[in-house]
Amino acid sequence: MTSQLLIQTIANAVAASSMYALIAVGLTLAFGVMQMANLAHAHVFMIGAYTVYALYALGGWPFWGAVAAALVVGAIVGLAIERTIFRPLRGDVVAGFIATAGLMFVIEVFCGEVWGWGHMRTIPSPYMRPFKIMGASVAFQRVLVIPFAVVCIGGLMIFMRRFRLGRALRAVAQDPETASLQGININMMTALALAIAGALAGIAGGLMSTIYAVTPALGGHLILPALIVVIVGGMGSVGGVVLASIIMGFVMTFVTTLVDGVTALMVSVAVMALLLPIRPQGLLGRVTN
Amino acid sequence: MSQTNTERLRIGALVAVIIGLCMFPFFARPYLVEVAMIFFIWIILAQSYRLIVTVHDWQLYHVVLYGVGAYTSGMLAKNFGFPVFLAIPMGGVMACLFGVMITLILLRTTGWSFYIATFGVAELIRLTWLKFRYPFGGSTGIISIPYPPVTGGIDFSDSIPYYFFSLVIMLVILYLLYRIEKSRIGDAFKAISMDPGLAASTGINIPRHRLLACAIGSFFAGIAGGLLVHRLGAVDPKLFDIHTMLYLLIWVVVGGTNTFWGPIIGVSVMYTAFELSRPLIQIRPAFFGLAIIFVLLFVPGGIESLISKVAAQWQKLRGVPATEVG
Repeated sequence: MTSQLLIQTIANAVAASSMYALIAVGLTLAFGVMQMANLAHAHVFMIGAYTVYALYALGGWPFWGAVAAALVVGAIVGLAIERTIFRPLRGDVVAGFIATAGLMFVIEVFCGEVWGWGHMRTIPSPYMRPFKIMGASVAFQRVLVIPFAVVCIGGLMIFMRRFRLGRALRAVAQDPETASLQGININMMTALALAIAGALAGIAGGLMSTIYAVTPALGGHLILPALIVVIVGGMGSVGGVVLASIIMGFVMTFVTTLVDGVTALMVSVAVMALLLPIRPQGLLGRVTN
Repeated sequence: MSQTNTERLRIGALVAVIIGLCMFPFFARPYLVEVAMIFFIWIILAQSYRLIVTVHDWQLYHVVLYGVGAYTSGMLAKNFGFPVFLAIPMGGVMACLFGVMITLILLRTTGWSFYIATFGVAELIRLTWLKFRYPFGGSTGIISIPYPPVTGGIDFSDSIPYYFFSLVIMLVILYLLYRIEKSRIGDAFKAISMDPGLAASTGINIPRHRLLACAIGSFFAGIAGGLLVHRLGAVDPKLFDIHTMLYLLIWVVVGGTNTFWGPIIGVSVMYTAFELSRPLIQIRPAFFGLAIIFVLLFVPGGIESLISKVAAQWQKLRGVPATEVG
């Protein structure tokens, strides 16, 4: 591996880590509040990518306007999923799990029917010029997601600690019954969690749409790494997700560069399978009964 | 209506169905005979899946174990010259070993993370087939797997003999699972699925029973894989991906898992819909996705619960005190 390739691979790994973190943080947030999460979450990412495709590549919107729209669309999809699936099935973890598995099929078919099956939608990058770090040229669009991940997840952590609404969210995650006795509206909190999760997945999808070939199968490819990040990090732990995203981003990118993508996924699953017998709650997860 | 009468009616219906299935290949088009064989395989999968998910927990590796059975049986017959009728049970044994191994690895993981972890571990097995061209053939899989030989003057590579072969295997497996359900072990399984805490307090060894359920269910899934591979003559990793797993999950849940008949009803209804919707192949997944969401929201017990509700209403109309149905 030349030093140039090494620097490029590290840049890619950090970008991949940021993307996994943006997707998985929503899953872990939803899990914290409801003890279950949306199996079709990576499909919300895909909807974000298609939103940018439709508005920026087809509709001629400015790139940042389209990304903002992807954020709003992701939040709306999150709210819709909360209202139609999670609220009626509250407390039934198995039913929520199976229903969102069905939702994967629905969203995949929806995207395929609207934007075409099997067509790779490539989106022209708004920033064509690469920049140089230590002699290696790195594509600007690839690392675009990094500052967003830092700002969004940092903002979320501050929100969860400093703001009334964020504290209410954490209270529900710790004990829903006591939280509702304090006058916290549980329905509003699950809606908030799902909206934040959807918005983060939407913005990640929008930012990464210029790099990935956007097809209806995109969600299905991303869901397993995102879910492994949540489990390895520890269900419900935002810090754990950040840590696991970094591990996952580096493992996936380096193994993909050195060997191939299938091996990369195999290594990640093997890491999970080796970790779970030792730490079933994940790296930073709390032990629950 | 007395209990014996209901029993007699049920046995009559069962005999009629079996006679119908025996007549079927002589009247149906050859294509439908093939479809029926796959249907039998799905019934085995659904029924063995029900055993595991009601006693242990919901999991997403069942279809991959079906693949383990298919790969093992196919490779033993093709590369090592095993007779087909010996290779199929060996596939079952291998699937059983894998099922027990996965259960042991994930023993301490519970709830939502358990479901996801089973998805991951299953994908690890499937990616192994995809990754190694030798001996698993990579993405194209394995071809020219031997068909069953001529045995006792009957050529089992023909479709009608193989139809009866799979029919008999399916009926034997259903019978065994039914006997298990009605046995003492079955009572323990039922107790565990209803209330694990109470079951443990009556002296039922829960981990041992759960492992037993996984072993039995996985073994039958492997047998189903063997049945598939020696009919298709080929196998590839795409057959056992997460989509197939989700179809199995959806069909079983739509049918209902409370009684023995639920998954059979589910697969019968949904597999028929699956085959009939072949012209709409692109949007077909959405239909099943919407169906499962609808069932979970509005008919939580599945189709079987509707049937028992209708039966209870019917008995009430006839002025007989409602009895426990099922």
